[in-house]
Amino acid sequence: MSSEWPLWEVFIRGQHGLNHRHVGSLHAPDAEMAINNARDVYTRRNEGVSIWVVKADDITASSPSDKGPLFEPSNSKVYRHPTFYDIPDEVGKM
Amino acid sequence: MYAQMVKSTGQGVTPREEMTPEEQAFQDRIDADEKIEPKDWMPEGYRKTLIRQISQHAHSEIVGQLPEGNWITRAPTLERKAILLAKVQDEAGHGLYLYCAAETLGISRDQMYEQLHSGKAKYSSIFNYPTLTWADMGAVGWLVDGAAIMNQVPLQRTSFGPYSRAMIRICKEESFHQRQGYDIMMKMAFGTEAQKRMAQDALNRFWYPSLMMFGPSDKDSVHSAQSMAWKIKINTNDELRQKFVDQTVPQAEYLGLTIPDPDLKWNEESGHYDFTQPDWNEFFEVLKGNGPCNKERLGARVMAWEEGAWFREGLSAHAEKAAARRAAVAAE
Ligand SMILES: [Fe+2]
Ligand SMILES: [Fe+2]
Ligand SMILES: [Fe+2]
Repeated sequence: MSSEWPLWEVFIRGQHGLNHRHVGSLHAPDAEMAINNARDVYTRRNEGVSIWVVKADDITASSPSDKGPLFEPSNSKVYRHPTFYDIPDEVGKM
Repeated sequence: MYAQMVKSTGQGVTPREEMTPEEQAFQDRIDADEKIEPKDWMPEGYRKTLIRQISQHAHSEIVGQLPEGNWITRAPTLERKAILLAKVQDEAGHGLYLYCAAETLGISRDQMYEQLHSGKAKYSSIFNYPTLTWADMGAVGWLVDGAAIMNQVPLQRTSFGPYSRAMIRICKEESFHQRQGYDIMMKMAFGTEAQKRMAQDALNRFWYPSLMMFGPSDKDSVHSAQSMAWKIKINTNDELRQKFVDQTVPQAEYLGLTIPDPDLKWNEESGHYDFTQPDWNEFFEVLKGNGPCNKERLGARVMAWEEGAWFREGLSAHAEKAAARRAAVAAE
C-alpha cells in the first residue's frame, strides 16, 4: 500500500519539570492525529503532562557499529569525574 | 553572580488584586512549584527578564573559558593539561545548554552573540581579571567555580523548566571543576616555599573578585523582589555571599593560606563569619568595561567569531551540496 501513514516517535513529559522521554511510536496521517493517538495509546493512566511527536524519518540516529569510536574515548578520561580527586573530609563537601 | 544584577521589570511585584486573571493563574502555578514551559503563557516581563538572565549566564560560561584557556598550553604536566582541557570543554557545554534554554523564549543565537559582541550584554565581572600563574588555575576552580556552584545549586529549582533542567545538568558537572581546583591548591600550598607563595598570591588576587561574583547587596532591589516572586532568583546576593565565605574559610585554613581580610572573624552570635565587603566601585568599573582584561576578553570572543566565519560557511556549503547530491540520487 503506497499511502501508509508515516511513523511518529512519541515523547512524554511524565511530570512537571522533567524532560520528555521517548515512550514508543505509532502511525498517524499527520502531527495532530499523532498527538491524539499518542494521548490514547500512551497516557491512558495519566502518565503525562505533555506530549511531543516527531516524524521518525526526521530522526537521525548514530549507528550501533559506531558505538566504539563514539563512546570509548570517554572511558579513559576518569579525571572528568569528581571522585578522581582526593579531597579531605575536613574541608567539607565539594 | 554568573548573571549579576539582572534588571527585571523595574516595577516591583504587582499586588495580587492588580494582576489580570492570566497573571494570577501564572503566579499560582509558580507558587505551587509547577514549572513553566516554553509554550505556556507567561508575562512579557518574565520572558524578558529570563532572556536577560539566562543569556548573561551563557555568555559568562563562554567568556569564562578564556582565563583558563590561557593555561592549557602551559599546564605543568600532561595530566594537568588533560584535566584543564576537560574543564574548559565542560564550560563550552554549559554555555550551549544555556543558550538553547534562552532560545526557547524566542531570542535567536545570533541575536545573543550580537549582544555579547557589541558589548550590550554583560557577562560575569570575574572573567575580566587576568590569570597570571599556574596557581590561578587552582584559585579559579576552587573559588570561582565554588561561587558559581553556590548560585547554581538553588537555581536547579527555578520556575522555568528548560533553565532548571540545564542547571541540573550543569551542577552535576561542576563538582569536578571545584575539586580539581582545590587539588591544585593543595599541591601548591603543600609544596615548596615558592609554590606556597604562588598559592597565597592567587588567593589574594581572587578573593575579592570572587565575593563580587554574587553582585552588590540586593535586599532592597525591586528587580530582585520581582525575580524572587517569579522564582528565577532563589536567594539574595548577601545570603549566597555569606554562605560562600562560611564554606571557604575552613578550606583556606586547611591549606594554611590566609584570606586577605584582616577583619575576617568568626561571629559566635550570628554563627557566621564577619568579613569585609569587596570594593564596589571597582565592581562597577569592571562592569562598565574598565576592568583589567575587558578589552582582551571581548576582543578574543569577537575575533574567534569573525575568524571562524569561513569555517561555518564551509560547513553550510558542504551540507547543501550533500543534500543536493542526495536529492539527485533520489530523483534517478
Ligand atoms: Fe563556570
Ligand atoms: Fe560552568
Ligand atoms: Fe565550572
